[in-house]
Amino acid sequence: MNTLRLNAGLSAAVIVLLALSLLVGPARFGPLDSLRALIAGGDEATIIIMREIRLPRALLGVLIGFSLGASGAVLQGFLRNPLAEPGIIGVSATASLGAVIVFYSGMAGASILALPAGALAGALVAVLILMAIAARHGSTLTLILSGVALSSLAGALTSLALNLSPNPFASYEIIFWLLGSLKDRSMVHVWIALPLMLAGWAMLFASARALDALTLGEESASSLGIGMGRTRLMVVGGVALCVGAATAVAGAIGFVGLVVPHLVRPLTDRMPGSLILPAGLGGAALLLAADVACRVAIPARELNVGVLTALIGAPFFLWLVARARREAF
Amino acid sequence: MRLDAHDVAVTLAGRKVLGPVTLSLAPGEVVGLLGPNGAGKSTLMRALAGLVGCTGAIRGDGADLVAMAERERARRVAYLPQARIIGWPLVVRDIVLLGRMPWRPYGTRPSDADVAICDEAMRLMDVAHLAGRPATELSGGEQARVLAARAVAQDTPLLIADEPAAGLDPAHQIAMMAAFRILAGRRRTVLVSLHDLTLAARWCDRVIVLDRGQIAAEGAPGGVLGAALLRDVYGITAHVAHDDQGLILAPLALSAAAAGGAE
Repeated sequence: MNTLRLNAGLSAAVIVLLALSLLVGPARFGPLDSLRALIAGGDEATIIIMREIRLPRALLGVLIGFSLGASGAVLQGFLRNPLAEPGIIGVSATASLGAVIVFYSGMAGASILALPAGALAGALVAVLILMAIAARHGSTLTLILSGVALSSLAGALTSLALNLSPNPFASYEIIFWLLGSLKDRSMVHVWIALPLMLAGWAMLFASARALDALTLGEESASSLGIGMGRTRLMVVGGVALCVGAATAVAGAIGFVGLVVPHLVRPLTDRMPGSLILPAGLGGAALLLAADVACRVAIPARELNVGVLTALIGAPFFLWLVARARREAF
Repeated sequence: MRLDAHDVAVTLAGRKVLGPVTLSLAPGEVVGLLGPNGAGKSTLMRALAGLVGCTGAIRGDGADLVAMAERERARRVAYLPQARIIGWPLVVRDIVLLGRMPWRPYGTRPSDADVAICDEAMRLMDVAHLAGRPATELSGGEQARVLAARAVAQDTPLLIADEPAAGLDPAHQIAMMAAFRILAGRRRTVLVSLHDLTLAARWCDRVIVLDRGQIAAEGAPGGVLGAALLRDVYGITAHVAHDDQGLILAPLALSAAAAGGAE
């Protein structure tokens, strides 16, 4: 399929699902009332629900889905490994740990900003460590193994926090947050995530050329004029900004970054660089759809979207792997 | 391109693996780089291609290749690594087109000139009939030729190829050396590492023999590849014959010293 047509189709899907996300919810008003409240004005309650509950939720779905999908595509291309996913560099685990520390210390109630700030601080620590390692040793393998080690350490510290948790309620809150959700977010969350993600996207797209060359390995890429040091910084920086910001506002949402590149890759020319945009759009569409499904499936007891993406994503991934075994990705 | 390397030395993890080595390559020359495993052939090639840090000076037509920006260097030196990596099931044409990367803006359609250069490179390496096939489905030898076509499509005055003939059938080994000769006919310089001594002797203008990180001998194949060198550097005895096209070398046995060492 033509890449332009693919991107146009996926963009249309994102717009339709964005509209659906704005129109579906426990408060039932007609589509026209909803849109009028969103853009022009009208009934006070409708305006509040549309502008302060549904709009940020839908926008975060787009932003986070795009970030996860594009990050997954970039990491898979960078490592030439179809199993890579955004969490592999350790940023999502350390961001989660930062948020858990905020819960644990009881600061979460102090301000709406405390939780994302803690998560971003956690992500920043991981990035600084990774950058220091990348600057000193410079090999991709060292970088990824460091990410795996950071992930394990952050996971262990998160477990420790749960273990030592002062009361069961705090543990419950931590676990619930770790499951990942777009529920009850505000425009403040959108404004926190947006600039970080835009910067991250810019870095991811700036690595596209290098990813194409890396199809032939690092030595061939260098001989084609690709600066590997700069490429590592772009990839780690871009993924860290995207995943750090996503985890800060929505918790850990798994499987989108792993599965989406596989879904769209067969529809492209397989160039890792030209996969970034469709994977981002596909991620946005998938997360919006999953979030709507969470609201519709069991309205009384709403599922966390992170649970749903893992629940659907894992078996689907297995099916993809089984079907594509002969094609060797 | 005229390449002048002066006192090039490479130290990896505190151990000196190469040099100091001083060598020159002239335009229109096919030079074979010979030597046993671990002699430093790949390291020397990497250093000349700017892929590994080294001391000493490397100049291409007078310009400093070490200090040069990556993209600038990629327009002068193409490097075909020994490891044959194809990460995704790209079609052959797209892989060869990657060779044009230093020459064209990213994300645009390839120009007619780019397409023509890729077509020519694919013909030269006998992969034109595979152009639309996913490269990951091809045989090892076919993949090697696709990757060689990629390096040729880079259209640089210097091509450095690390064991490009390994794993090819005899016909394609000869065809690849003949392709290098065609490039040399266009004033390109080709540095190629080889393990097949007869292939080197018959197709290279000159050979450079590396042993333990140093140049053990260099010159025309007929003058260099004698019984003494084969014994001292490779530790073998060989049947050496001549026909009207050049040398024929058939390795026969380990030399006495090497055999003694092996026991």
